[in-house]
Amino acid sequence: MQKTLGRFTLFLRRRWYIALILVLVLLWLLNHARQNPQLFAQFVVDGLRLGFVYALVALGYTMVYGIVRLINFAHGDVFMIGAFTAYYASTRWHWSLIPTMLLAMVVCSFLAVVIERVAYKPLREAPRIAALITAIGVSFFLEYFTALDFVFTPNFISFTPLPIKFQSWDVAGITVSNIMFIVIGVSTFFLVLLYYIVYRTKLGKAMRAVAWDKPTARLMGIDVDWVISFTFALGAALAGVGGMLYVIVYPQVRTFLGVMPGLKSFIAAVFGGIGSIPGAFVGALSIGMIENLCGAYLSSTLRDLIVFAILIAVLLYKPTGLFGETAKEKA
Amino acid sequence: MKKSRFRFLGQSALFWLAVLAVFLVAEWIVMPRMTEFRKVGWIIFPCIMAVIAMGLNLIYGFNGQFSLGQWGFYAIGAYAAADVTYRFAARVTYPVQGIVFRLPPVLQRVIPMAQVELFHFDAGKSALLLGAVLFGGLLAGLISLGFGYIVLLRLGSDYFGIATLGFTVMVQVLLINSDRVLPETKGARGMIGIPQMTSFFWAFIFLIVVVVVMRNIIYSSVGRAVMSVREDEVAAQAMGIDTLRYKVMSFVVGSLFAGLAGGLYAHLYAFLSPLYFDFVKSFDPMIIIVFGGLGNMTGTIIATFLWALTVEGLRIWLPQGFEAWRFVVYPIALLLLMLFRQQGLLGRRELGFLRAPKWPLRKTVAEPIPEAAEAGAPKEGR
Amino acid sequence: MTMSANANDRPVVLEIAGLCKNFGGIATEAGYEGGLWAVRDFDLTVRQGELVGLIGPNGAGKTTVFNMVSGLLSATSGQVNYYGRNLVGQPAYAITQAGIGRTFQNIRVFPKLTVLDNVRIAYHPHAGYGLVNAILQDATFERKEREMVEKAQDLLALFNLQDRQEELASNLPYGEQRRLEIARALAAEPKLLLLDEPAAGMNPKETHVLMDMTHFIREKFHLTIVLIEHQMRVVMGICEWITVMDFGQIICRGDADLICNDPKVIEAYLGKAGRRV
Repeated sequence: MQKTLGRFTLFLRRRWYIALILVLVLLWLLNHARQNPQLFAQFVVDGLRLGFVYALVALGYTMVYGIVRLINFAHGDVFMIGAFTAYYASTRWHWSLIPTMLLAMVVCSFLAVVIERVAYKPLREAPRIAALITAIGVSFFLEYFTALDFVFTPNFISFTPLPIKFQSWDVAGITVSNIMFIVIGVSTFFLVLLYYIVYRTKLGKAMRAVAWDKPTARLMGIDVDWVISFTFALGAALAGVGGMLYVIVYPQVRTFLGVMPGLKSFIAAVFGGIGSIPGAFVGALSIGMIENLCGAYLSSTLRDLIVFAILIAVLLYKPTGLFGETAKEKA
Repeated sequence: MKKSRFRFLGQSALFWLAVLAVFLVAEWIVMPRMTEFRKVGWIIFPCIMAVIAMGLNLIYGFNGQFSLGQWGFYAIGAYAAADVTYRFAARVTYPVQGIVFRLPPVLQRVIPMAQVELFHFDAGKSALLLGAVLFGGLLAGLISLGFGYIVLLRLGSDYFGIATLGFTVMVQVLLINSDRVLPETKGARGMIGIPQMTSFFWAFIFLIVVVVVMRNIIYSSVGRAVMSVREDEVAAQAMGIDTLRYKVMSFVVGSLFAGLAGGLYAHLYAFLSPLYFDFVKSFDPMIIIVFGGLGNMTGTIIATFLWALTVEGLRIWLPQGFEAWRFVVYPIALLLLMLFRQQGLLGRRELGFLRAPKWPLRKTVAEPIPEAAEAGAPKEGR
Repeated sequence: MTMSANANDRPVVLEIAGLCKNFGGIATEAGYEGGLWAVRDFDLTVRQGELVGLIGPNGAGKTTVFNMVSGLLSATSGQVNYYGRNLVGQPAYAITQAGIGRTFQNIRVFPKLTVLDNVRIAYHPHAGYGLVNAILQDATFERKEREMVEKAQDLLALFNLQDRQEELASNLPYGEQRRLEIARALAAEPKLLLLDEPAAGMNPKETHVLMDMTHFIREKFHLTIVLIEHQMRVVMGICEWITVMDFGQIICRGDADLICNDPKVIEAYLGKAGRRV
């Protein structure tokens, strides 16, 4: 972390114009904050909330890319399935929050492993475009199959009753709800848990080994297939939680729910450096904040445009994303 | 008999006669038997889609740059062309018709004035359509030049794909908000009242020209340079190829094609909506070229028509009440295709005039270095 | 080996001075901090028509030097003068167009292109026509295409690959791919040729053929050749003089006899124990 910070400051010192732009943006933000501090704080808080949900999904993208170099387009739809699971558990069976969450995690993990085994595994040695097209196919399939009338129907369904009762308080002019605490709390819990698994357990070490060099990992006795499936399952479980949280915040489910959040989370993962776990986290929080602040202060219609423009600008400066591996010089 | 030396765009007179024959057969024999709906969906629209797919094949199949930007340039071409038509309709059609009126009567009989059932070839409208479509293509090309140069300078492979995906999304957002700058586009509500000038004649002409131009580029030194970038960028650089230049060139040409297709599309249905140009649809041309075989021109054309037939055909062939299933069958077919035939329909084989020109070995070729000959002629079994 | 008497009268083709490459270090005012010096203070002067060798244990930095000369890798510092012009900072394609050709350690032919296309690509900078001619397929295009094909076929024939011209490069056996790589490098019409381990993976007979072939192409194409090689027989057999590297630096330079007996060279290859040999 120190090293990255050090490199970042060096980078800023070299490219003074970027430092200038950042300072200007900061000043502009602070100006808004000064004009209406409560509103600003509200936007920041909402942005964080969104960012944490994106983080849960972004981690799935980044882990899968890190381990099999695949952009898993179907991930956003797994997120959607998690949301629907939460919806059914809560509205049909009246489960409370924790059981709903666990169910969403289990369902999504299972789904992801099935997808991996059926659609991705056979194509591991194939050119990457084949796996990509397959991922797109799986994504379409999930979206349209669930949109059939006998499954989830293509309708917009509102999510009531929620698994928890909505409560909000006024804290120094900012509206804070229990949902927000739950989102941040649950997300933080799982992010810490993920960090622990990946960096402090043997399984995590195996995951990192496979991401680095599959054949050698195999030679070290690691069951590569199992580790890959586990990675998919882990990412999907987080997406399931994210799905549940997302539809609690925006209580409406539909089968195309996962498209935009999926895209945004993917962008967040790329922004932070795809393949990097802290990168996905930082990227997601950033994108959530940028999205919210832009939507609030600039223009809600041009919001997506600004987010993408920022993404492209960042990529042009650091093609592998903020925390990505520095592009190696080829020979 | 001495072979004719006539060449247009590198193809012989025989070729162009064959093209004319195909056109006449389609126009006079096949299409009159089809409903208007099918004419558009099974014949005209696929021609337009094939142009986009060919452009994408140039960028990705031949040059190796993964681009999801075709759809954005398609949108730019469409709106640009529609806007030109909107602004200049009267200012172009009447003067052109005026000119035709002043030609000697003999010529006038050849150039139809009014809406003729033959090829819907009205001089005034044709000039307008041509101008609008070409403008759409050129604008797309110019924008792709700027965007492509900046992005290709720094990004490759996946990241370039992401940047182009971003481009497509940004274009869509801009179009949704376009009514602030150009009120005639009516933003998200969609642009209406565009004259339906795209006929099979025009779609076919553009398709043929695009195909021939692609073929000519590919089977030339420029095309080989383009392909070398796909094969091994480092080696290409080491062979003296300026890889950035050819990446940008392919990107611009491919995007220009998408712009042309957009112009044609705008005048096909009388309506343009930015919601049609969303990033999910930007995968359609990608799917088509993988289906047909990356780097395979014949495959792209065949795949486009098969794809259009499938997507439309499913709508007809599925039993009543199951129409929504076509979006389920389609991805399953995609999955099966990837699992069992990754190289696409034709793999590497081209057909007809799209085949690579052969250069037979001359008798007077140089002698091998004695040492190389010693090293084992290829004829010895291996 | 014939003109060594007048060696010093011939023009200098390549003059490398103080070439350095640092990987992963941070540039500060005081120089570089940290990182790995893959090449340090490398010098080399090659005159026209010479055939010289660059050897050293694995990881010594030889290919890194080649990569910097051919522009595929940026040099941290130093100069690479080609006929007096400094090439450092030039893009790789410009360097090749200036007349420096190379082959690669692990063969890098264009796998999915035909043998003929592989060679024709190297002729592209001298093609003589552009995009518009290609699209219109006019008379210039036809004439130049024919010329290119003839030149390419002649070149292939020289290497006995003419019967393989329609074959995909990836389908060729190893030895033929090597010949193709050399043929392709020659198609770029270089004056200086950098061969990176051309004998890798060859059996003694093929190696012998390669050695003769190298002499032949030097004469026929008026080349200056710098060669990286591990097989001592090749190096001792054809190189006029040899530079030895280890850990990024030059440890010895001279003709075959001199370096064979140099203690530092022996130590580099055989370790300290080798000194007793």
